[in-house]
Amino acid sequence: MSQEILDKVNAQVSAKFPGAVLSAELLYNFPVFTVDHNDAHEIVSFLKNDPELNFHFLTDLTGMQTADEKHLGVIYHLHNLPKNMRVRVKTFFSMDKPEIPTVTDLWPGANWMERETFDFYGVKFKGHPNLKRILNVDEMDIFPLRKEYPLEDQTRDDKSDKMFGR
Amino acid sequence: MSKKENTTPSTPPSDTMEKEYTTLNLGPTHPATHGIFQNVLTMDGEIIHNAVPTLGYIHRAFEKLAERRPYAQITPITDRLNYCSSPINNMGWHMTVEKLIKAEVPKRAEYHRVIIMELSRIADHIICNTIIGQDTGATTGFLYLFQWREHIYDIFESICGARLTTNICRIGGFDKEWSQKTWDMINNFVRDFPKGLEEFNGLLERNRIFMDRTINCGPISAEMALEYSFTGPNLRAAGVDYDVRVATPYSSYEDFEFQIPVGTQGDTYDRFTVRQEEMRQSLHIIRQAIKNMPSGKMHADIPDFFLPPKDQVYNNMEALIYHFKIVMGETDIPAGEIYHCVEGGNGELGFYLISDGGRTPFRLHFRRPCFIYYQAYPEMIKGAMLSDAIITMSSMNVIAGELDA
Amino acid sequence: MSQEIIKRTKLEIAKQPEGLEGPGFFATKVDEVIGMARANSLWPLPFATSCCGIEFMATMASHYDLARFGMERLSFSPRQADLLMVMGTIAKKMGPTLRQVYEQMAEPRWVLSVGACASSGGIFDTYSVLQGIDRIIPVDVYVPGCPPRPEQIIEGILKIQELSRNESGRRRNSPEYKKLMNSYGIE
Ligand code: SF4
Repeated sequence: MSQEILDKVNAQVSAKFPGAVLSAELLYNFPVFTVDHNDAHEIVSFLKNDPELNFHFLTDLTGMQTADEKHLGVIYHLHNLPKNMRVRVKTFFSMDKPEIPTVTDLWPGANWMERETFDFYGVKFKGHPNLKRILNVDEMDIFPLRKEYPLEDQTRDDKSDKMFGR
Repeated sequence: MSKKENTTPSTPPSDTMEKEYTTLNLGPTHPATHGIFQNVLTMDGEIIHNAVPTLGYIHRAFEKLAERRPYAQITPITDRLNYCSSPINNMGWHMTVEKLIKAEVPKRAEYHRVIIMELSRIADHIICNTIIGQDTGATTGFLYLFQWREHIYDIFESICGARLTTNICRIGGFDKEWSQKTWDMINNFVRDFPKGLEEFNGLLERNRIFMDRTINCGPISAEMALEYSFTGPNLRAAGVDYDVRVATPYSSYEDFEFQIPVGTQGDTYDRFTVRQEEMRQSLHIIRQAIKNMPSGKMHADIPDFFLPPKDQVYNNMEALIYHFKIVMGETDIPAGEIYHCVEGGNGELGFYLISDGGRTPFRLHFRRPCFIYYQAYPEMIKGAMLSDAIITMSSMNVIAGELDA
Repeated sequence: MSQEIIKRTKLEIAKQPEGLEGPGFFATKVDEVIGMARANSLWPLPFATSCCGIEFMATMASHYDLARFGMERLSFSPRQADLLMVMGTIAKKMGPTLRQVYEQMAEPRWVLSVGACASSGGIFDTYSVLQGIDRIIPVDVYVPGCPPRPEQIIEGILKIQELSRNESGRRRNSPEYKKLMNSYGIE
């Protein structure tokens, strides 16, 4: 089943956007596509609006940072409820220019998910109606989920390593 | 009634008067919002013209925290997502890891899990529905039904030792068989709860005042709900029969027979009745699980992740090593990328996990249903009265912990 | 209340303070009478943010029934409240609000910090969580636990009652108290 979905979607998207699909694989029985970030919006929009594929439900949108700390990624989980098909679309871009078109024009529900991704990773969604921080305070100047920023609260002074003999 | 024609009150022509809106700050600590939610409302008299929610008031950085913790230690974090039904979150996380390490969990453990998950679904819906009652002015229901929540707590407590933040179950299954006392409590609950539930139902469901208050209050259409990625009871109240337990069965849900209630209007009353019916269906599932309980082991055969029995730890070198490795969180996990979802109390609770093979996840993202559907709230209360906005919020069951991560 | 009802419902009347008693009069210290009155009619302001708040709901509901201690009157307005019960994680974003609520309360005011999060940040040693509310407001009683059981919350409230019963009328004017407040930058 998953293999069929993978093949079908891959064939259709590759025909429509030649060269945009960088990889298509089955990860733990889940069809995953990595696409070029320049075409990401068009591909997602095609997946949504194509009457046959009909991935009309945006399950999830989130960001990530690659292990080399040079690229950011955005990951879409799409779902076709009537046929119960799911796909994951991933796209990566350089951290120097973290920009990608918004999908709020396709799903109003993407609004906060994109704001959250911006808040955590600093991905700029072009065309987003209200791209502000959502969970953290507005004055924050770091993007806390990037690997280079520390997790711990920096104001604590009761955690000295002396206690542990280090 | 007089026969006179209904005359519209004469208003001055609109260009001579400038409309003024009042701004009302509702929250973050408003007594009627049951949690930390802030909405800046623009009001036209008593009518809501616009609402701007602010969130993040209890942002606790779960996702960053999860990147620093070994897999077994992430379970306590998931407790605190939707703390009204923590066991579902725990199980969801365990199943995600099991999927990643390809563990085969025996049916017996899965059936036990189903019982716990359905119990916590009941506990979750009890909170939501009694709060709707509370906000419409019916405190009685809250006091009646909360008593039953205590019984569920007692069951959890006898299984794992905690009431609310349960950290129940392990990766791979359960650490031991449940005691006879637990089973007695479960049987008593299944036997007696319907009475309490119907009593509560009798108080509200066909109550004229309650119906007038909730029908057509905060409605959302099925199309809108899908656009806003609604899931769970709120989506079903709008008339879409999407339930993860049926669409992508996990933990042997395919063995059970149950119905998915759907509403028609997507209003507060529908959300209330859908939740009521789901509680009945949950009881039905629990009964089936007790009746058809398979025999076998309680946990999967994965020594790398499952703590060995204590007597072996004390007498056997190998078991001791495993024990240390697991407790210190030094077991490596295969690299992989996985999305697993379960039907939480509020909808599709997803775990998107990327492992790079180390002891902690590389990235863990929680798909939190509350966070996603709460953004439709301003849309739903536009043009409604302030008091309707309050019960719309409570009927959506927005849980601050899940909202703010 | 008639003796009959008291007997039937096993109610206890608050203990009479020590004093001089005679036919038609009773003399005692003002402090003790006030302390007794305060302790038995605390108006708590529940500042429930997360998980611990759900445990507080259980404490309020029929099983544990906080009303037994003269507390069924929750005051959601800080101006009339005597006791601020902080339950749950306080994020840094929430800190100023909490402080504002505290400042709006009239003296005498007590603060009960329920749960590991409110007391010390708990398991969330993260960039966004305030590491204990005692960084911004003074706390009278800490209740540990994640979440504390309702019995523990009740115990904490009993401790607050004890404090308020035995507090001298002059304490809030004393230089020590002023110093404490100033160390938090209040007033
Ligand atoms: S102490 Fe524990 S239960 Fe209480 S708010 Fe913090 S995490 Fe939740």
